[in-house]
Amino acid sequence: MTQLWDFSGGIHPDENKHQSTARPIRAAVLPEHLILPLQQHIGEPATALVKVGDRVLKGEKIADVTNGLGVPVHAPTSGIIESIAQLPVPHPSGMTDWCITLRPDGEDQWVELQPVADYRSLERDQVLDMIRDAGIAGLGGAGFPTDIKLRPPRDRKVATLILNGAECEPYITADDMTMRERAGEVLAGFKVMAWLLRPERCVIGIEDNKPEAIAALRAATEGTQIEMAVIPTKYPSGGEKQLIQILTGMEVPSGGIPADIGVMCQNIGTAVAISQLIVEGKPLISRTITITGEAVREPGNFEALIGTPVQHLLEQAGLQPDQVNRLVMGGPMMGYILTTTAVPIVKTSNCVIAATASELPAPPPEQACIRCGMCAEACPMELLPQQLFWYSKATEFEKAEHLNLFDCIECGACSYVCPSSIPLVQYYRYAKGEIRVQRAEQLKADRARERFEARQERLEREQQEKEQRRKERAKAAAEAQAKKKAEAEKAAAEGEAVDERSAKAALVQQALARKKAKTEAAATAKEPAAAPSEPAVEKPDLEALEKQLTQAQAKLETMQGMLEDAKAQQADNVDKLERAVAKNHDRVDRAQKALTEAREQLARNTETQSPD
Amino acid sequence: MAFAQQSSPHARRARSTSQVMLWVILAALPGLLAQTLFFGWGNLINVVWCIAVALASEAAILKLRNKPIAFFLKDNTAAVTGLLLGLSLPQFAPWWVSGIAVISAIVMAKQLYGGLGSNPFNPAMVGYALVLISFPVAMTTNWADPALLWQGAPSFTDTLRAIASVQQTVVDGWTMATPLDEYKHKIGSLTAAEVTSHPSFGDGVARGWEWVNAAFLAGGLVLIGLRIITWHIPVSVLAGLAIMSLAFGSNADQYAPLSLHLLAGGTMLGAFFIATDPVSAATSHQGKLIYGAGIGVLIYLIRTWGSYPDAVAFSVLLMNFAVPFIDHYTPPRTYGHHKARRGVPGRTQG
Repeated sequence: MTQLWDFSGGIHPDENKHQSTARPIRAAVLPEHLILPLQQHIGEPATALVKVGDRVLKGEKIADVTNGLGVPVHAPTSGIIESIAQLPVPHPSGMTDWCITLRPDGEDQWVELQPVADYRSLERDQVLDMIRDAGIAGLGGAGFPTDIKLRPPRDRKVATLILNGAECEPYITADDMTMRERAGEVLAGFKVMAWLLRPERCVIGIEDNKPEAIAALRAATEGTQIEMAVIPTKYPSGGEKQLIQILTGMEVPSGGIPADIGVMCQNIGTAVAISQLIVEGKPLISRTITITGEAVREPGNFEALIGTPVQHLLEQAGLQPDQVNRLVMGGPMMGYILTTTAVPIVKTSNCVIAATASELPAPPPEQACIRCGMCAEACPMELLPQQLFWYSKATEFEKAEHLNLFDCIECGACSYVCPSSIPLVQYYRYAKGEIRVQRAEQLKADRARERFEARQERLEREQQEKEQRRKERAKAAAEAQAKKKAEAEKAAAEGEAVDERSAKAALVQQALARKKAKTEAAATAKEPAAAPSEPAVEKPDLEALEKQLTQAQAKLETMQGMLEDAKAQQADNVDKLERAVAKNHDRVDRAQKALTEAREQLARNTETQSPD
Repeated sequence: MAFAQQSSPHARRARSTSQVMLWVILAALPGLLAQTLFFGWGNLINVVWCIAVALASEAAILKLRNKPIAFFLKDNTAAVTGLLLGLSLPQFAPWWVSGIAVISAIVMAKQLYGGLGSNPFNPAMVGYALVLISFPVAMTTNWADPALLWQGAPSFTDTLRAIASVQQTVVDGWTMATPLDEYKHKIGSLTAAEVTSHPSFGDGVARGWEWVNAAFLAGGLVLIGLRIITWHIPVSVLAGLAIMSLAFGSNADQYAPLSLHLLAGGTMLGAFFIATDPVSAATSHQGKLIYGAGIGVLIYLIRTWGSYPDAVAFSVLLMNFAVPFIDHYTPPRTYGHHKARRGVPGRTQG
């Protein structure tokens, strides 16, 4: 007898399973169209490998994921690709997504199948690649690609491999019926997984409300090392974390995966898919799905091709359209609402409930929380649902997170028992969504801040570099100027410096100007008629002198400006410039002397000129 | 086809808050029956009167607050508050005393805090404590002398007239202090045997009271069986009281014995029906144990060394104060975590 543990909380909702177990699994009739979403589960969407108008064979790969996590999609039957377009897909949001629509040609013509005679003779990696190529993703939950799951990290040796046959959600019987009718395939697939993982312990967990399935699997496991664990019926015992706790007594660490504690859970449907791949070479193109609810006359399970529209399956189960009030994809505890029956079933679809208004009635209006604690009694994760509710409603998300909001598995047990009819799970989803948005925004803000800071730093650096370059330019210019000065000095030492000369010239010019003014004044006073004759003699000299004066003045200004600049920037050529300016002063002094001389000369000239 | 829009879960258990409260009321009926059998019509009249006042004051406040009256009255919580006060007030308490108790319970303790689910204190006990402090004479002298209904307890009309304060004297011969009060005041000068020789103690623990407590115990066990309350609070209240009594008051010639503590006062009503009020109690199992044990200890302390004969109301209210603190430090350990995340975010690791 396998030792069992109990998990905290849990509920016992009405099972409603007998309605769909009365009939054997039926093969669904081929629909007129098959709609194959490119994204059917967790991971990246696949890319279409076919074009509109192509004819494809049954089992042919029509879409694949080239980059990232995902598995290919195969044509569930032979036919023509009719369109690749945005169509409604089964999703809680009721969104549309890219789908390949296939019009079956009715011939159901297979591609060439390559079954494996003895998988044990192959490399494990080869088998894993086959599993990926066959498009197998977990048929129970989020649809994680099975080949990836079967390749746990090297340091995470799977010691216990669990086949999850608990199927604890009310209404759903797909796994139950599969185990009853196809126990051999279930076991074959499980054995392949066991061979791949080489665990120490293989165990199948089934709730005790499935005696037929238990009997079938007991017979099939006779003489093998696979354990059969019959567990008490209690929702959500089929939750991965809960089943692991029941069968091993261990808890999956918060935020971790079962492989962290050496455990792996696999789904019944996944085992069958692997068996079909190995034994018959078939990719995953169909699955067992429960069609039930009081609005269908003949509830039961169907072996349906992936992509079959829900409407088509409901009709085969005897849909009474006027009776349907609520259409649920999945179970009544965790399933989501479908807004249209046009959506197809995908690899992860296990149940459709067409419920009447009395079957799943609208909840009564929400009342105040009386903190009765029934939610905490029911919570399988040992959370405090009422506190989480309180904080979620008050948007105190930090506190909700502190109370482990993100450990909530959204099983719905708390909402189920709440006497005040509070949609607790909805509040948690809201809070989780808000926190995710906040985190994303925080991340964005952090990045923006980093970007801003980087930009500021860059601007500062550029400014400094600019300044540096300016200084260098100023220095170079000052040096050039100093060099020029030095050259000029040299020239002056050799003969008469250009600067000196021009300074002298300027002084001479000034003196001349004064002289001229005097002369003119004298001329106008004494003899106006004689004046016009004089400029003819003096004009050319004056013009040249004026020009020289302007040039000399400009030069002096430039030099003084340079000196000031150099001083302001504390450049190292200040000394030189100062020396140069000092020399200039000497020159000015000398020029002053020259001016006096020139004046005297001019005066003499005037004396010589004035007597007429 | 337009389908109903609803997020999961789609199935829910059909047990509403109204039903939960109705079960509480039903579970209290054996106790009420026992009270009526042993103490006459007083409690029954009180219960009817208190429920009526409770519903009326709740409706009035709901109207003032612009809330749907019928929707909230249907949750039966006001009725439960009225019922609890009717069960715990003295049998011959005048109508205005019980009226004030109920109105302050509903208006002050419950609605002014925001109505159902928002009140930090147990409304019924706020009302009870208020009238106990305000009208100590009316609250201590109006207890009925245990006499079997069919053996000459005051008639229904006499009781009604006494409660209506029309003619208080009709029940004068039928009132007495409670056995706990009696014992406490006389044990100083008498021995245990002498005290209990008083007819009000009867042959067992305390005539009448023992049956009333047994009936509330039975009703409480039904609530536990129905999973309307958990065992944590009642058990810890009784355990806290018992441990204190055994540790400090084992000498019956000095202190009231354990049997009297458990079966003579409002202990069972308090442990199973009052302390378990979920709104004002602690949340987690561990928290409930601390909360209940605190009530049990306080009941003993106040009864023994305080100036009030019974202490359920004060003990519950004092522990109500402590609930946020207790809740802060007693969250359960969540699946997949090494330990519980105690305290407030940011200041603790977990």
